[in-house]
Amino acid sequence: MEPSQALGEDQTLLAELRAGSVAAFARLLREHGGRMLAVARRLVRDEEDARDAVQEAFVSAFRSLDRFEGGSRLATWLHRIVVNCCLMRLRSRQRRPEEPIEDLLPKFLEDGHQAPASVEWSEPVDELIHRKEIRALVRESIDRLPESYRTVLVLRDIEELSTADAATMLGVTENALKIRLHRARQALRALLDPHLRGAAA
Amino acid sequence: MSEKKPYIPCSEVLELLWAYISGELPPEQAHEFDRHLAVCPSCVAYLDSYRKTVELSRESFQPGNCEPEAEELPEDLIQAVLATRRKG
Repeated sequence: MEPSQALGEDQTLLAELRAGSVAAFARLLREHGGRMLAVARRLVRDEEDARDAVQEAFVSAFRSLDRFEGGSRLATWLHRIVVNCCLMRLRSRQRRPEEPIEDLLPKFLEDGHQAPASVEWSEPVDELIHRKEIRALVRESIDRLPESYRTVLVLRDIEELSTADAATMLGVTENALKIRLHRARQALRALLDPHLRGAAA
Repeated sequence: MSEKKPYIPCSEVLELLWAYISGELPPEQAHEFDRHLAVCPSCVAYLDSYRKTVELSRESFQPGNCEPEAEELPEDLIQAVLATRRKG
């Protein structure tokens, strides 16, 4: 669909939603709900929490329709509301002390050389990604990251929010967010490394 | 510039890799990264696997690649949201 066409359809749907049409709201849910539930599952991981977050997000979206300015896509706007509902849920969960990430970061000798040295991953991504067990490995490894790092990685590398948006949502500076994302990627790389290093399978 | 200028250490390269990749390093510092990478297979391997890690994260969740993803919201959840709406 062309962006202008999508925006046009958004405008029609929006007008009906603002007029209070329950049918339009049902259409909104059916069109965008599946994708929003997938987003919530990635962020909160618990099925019940994910469903609650989506429900809360749609109700909240409906109540704040007047504040939607139409400058962005309806889908983008909904996405941000779902992400925010998920982050609130993550924050309200009972906090456990977070596992340290240091063990998953690269190690260096006193002179600054990396030790042990890194080994190439020779198989290209477009081949790796076709293997179901690799996709499962990546998802499981992301789930193993300490929570505050996992959240940043999901927001930036999977949900593709901008640095500025992710930093605002998490209440940290952009620089802090960049460093945390870097650590998260390094840690994920370390978890994948034993499986992917060396020659192609 | 003397050719004997020492190389920056691996630790600096891996610490600021994110800025190198996103083009946020000042040109002189990016040049030092390039010099280091030209002589350090370990950092080249790390850089490549780091990039692959980022791509794999994104690709593993693309709708076409993602087995458990429901395409639609379950009907009971749709009805639950609509019920909230009817209540105002």
